[in-house]
Amino acid sequence: MFEHTAAAAKMTTRQLAVRYGDKPALKGVDLDIPAGDVTALIGPSGCGKSTFLRCLNRMNDTIAGATVSGKATLDGEQIYGPGGIDPVLLRARVGMVFQRPNPFPKSIYDNVAFGPRLHRLAREGEEMDAVVRSALERAGLWDEVNDRLEEKGTGISGGQQQRLCIARAIAVEPEVILMDEPCSALDPIATARIEELIDELRQSYTIVIVTHSMQQAARVSQFTAFFHLGEIVEVGATEKIFTAPANALTQGYITGRFG
Amino acid sequence: MPHIVKSFDAELAKLEDALSRMGGLAEAQLDAAIRALEKRDSELAARVVSDDAQVDACETFIGEQAIKVLALRAPVANDLRTVVSALKVAGEIERIADLAANGAKRSLVLSQLPALKPMHSVIRLGRLAQEMVKDGLDAYLGRDAERALAVRERDQELDDVYSSLFREILTYMMEDPRTITPCSHLMFIAKNLERIGDHATNISELTYFRVTGAAVTGERPKKDNSSFVGTESE
Repeated sequence: MFEHTAAAAKMTTRQLAVRYGDKPALKGVDLDIPAGDVTALIGPSGCGKSTFLRCLNRMNDTIAGATVSGKATLDGEQIYGPGGIDPVLLRARVGMVFQRPNPFPKSIYDNVAFGPRLHRLAREGEEMDAVVRSALERAGLWDEVNDRLEEKGTGISGGQQQRLCIARAIAVEPEVILMDEPCSALDPIATARIEELIDELRQSYTIVIVTHSMQQAARVSQFTAFFHLGEIVEVGATEKIFTAPANALTQGYITGRFG
Repeated sequence: MPHIVKSFDAELAKLEDALSRMGGLAEAQLDAAIRALEKRDSELAARVVSDDAQVDACETFIGEQAIKVLALRAPVANDLRTVVSALKVAGEIERIADLAANGAKRSLVLSQLPALKPMHSVIRLGRLAQEMVKDGLDAYLGRDAERALAVRERDQELDDVYSSLFREILTYMMEDPRTITPCSHLMFIAKNLERIGDHATNISELTYFRVTGAAVTGERPKKDNSSFVGTESE
């Protein structure tokens, strides 16, 4: 019945813990994130799922008072510690899309070209044009904006802005894309477009998505991890979690009995 | 644990109540059909035939209610299993009642003809089927997976009785060709009762799925072997 089995782990965490000051947010999480699949992180507000997501590309480094302990790896390389991957490089390899679309107040073209310029991935001119076009195509936005690439990225619709942010993230050819409630500010049509995009993107990338919508987690992911009070309660194939979860807490949460 | 949204619980309860009512109706229909056969009571048999529409109406209601819950609540996990199994159990109960009504229709003919000796065995088969239906429905409504499995195990007994009954009826027909018409009706009634046991078994398997989220594994005890009567290998 449950046919989907995990590929090799793209990222792993072991006893990953985060404190904000003296308040524990994540209490030692072990998780393997399978390559080429979508992993959904679900759980009630404050359960640690976004904190966990932000650990995967060291976004928590920017938060004052946040301390991270334990291990996290990308393709076996340590993310934290003295031998860890350089955070700037890490964030190129592990891109992020946020809850609210946050394009830069620059042109559509410059939004997408921003990362490739920063990491010197392409020369200006034809080479950069090709990178921008390819990223916009893969984000399913090219047909809608190709005649107005010089317009402000903030001037298009919310759904288009979010796809622009995805184009910006994939323009640097990341290996993993982290999405923190990418559809919570979008209408159902724009949401469906993003979900379809996620399904296409997983051919090329490993995706981790935080979502408050149980139905979205069920629709887009192959694996689901349920967080509660800073810990993982249950993780498994999405179809198993949503038809026959093993844990009573998981069942209570996804069926709307607590949370 | 109740849902945060109370009306969700109310809608699931409505589904459960309708199943309980439908199951009760089907049990009563089966019981009346067996009594009508045993007592050669044409009036009762006729009532079983006409009351079948009530069971069908329950099935329609459950179908509508289940679709409503699926569309409006998008149930998952145990809620999803409850709704999906309710739809399927309603289908099984409808078949049970339909087979009972068909038996009642045939008993209308039988009560016009001389009594048959194998009738006693048919009634016994009917009582066995009736117990399976009752226990199967109780296990479903009580969410009792163990009890459901026990019902499933009993299907073999029913099949054995049916197989020997098949031979018994065959013997009567061979001895006295004048009994062929009533014996054929009786054979169909027996087959209906055996099928009712299969539907009770299906309800048990749905109960197991509803409670555990897993399909019942392991082969069911072998079916009746009346299909092989008359072959060399028998």
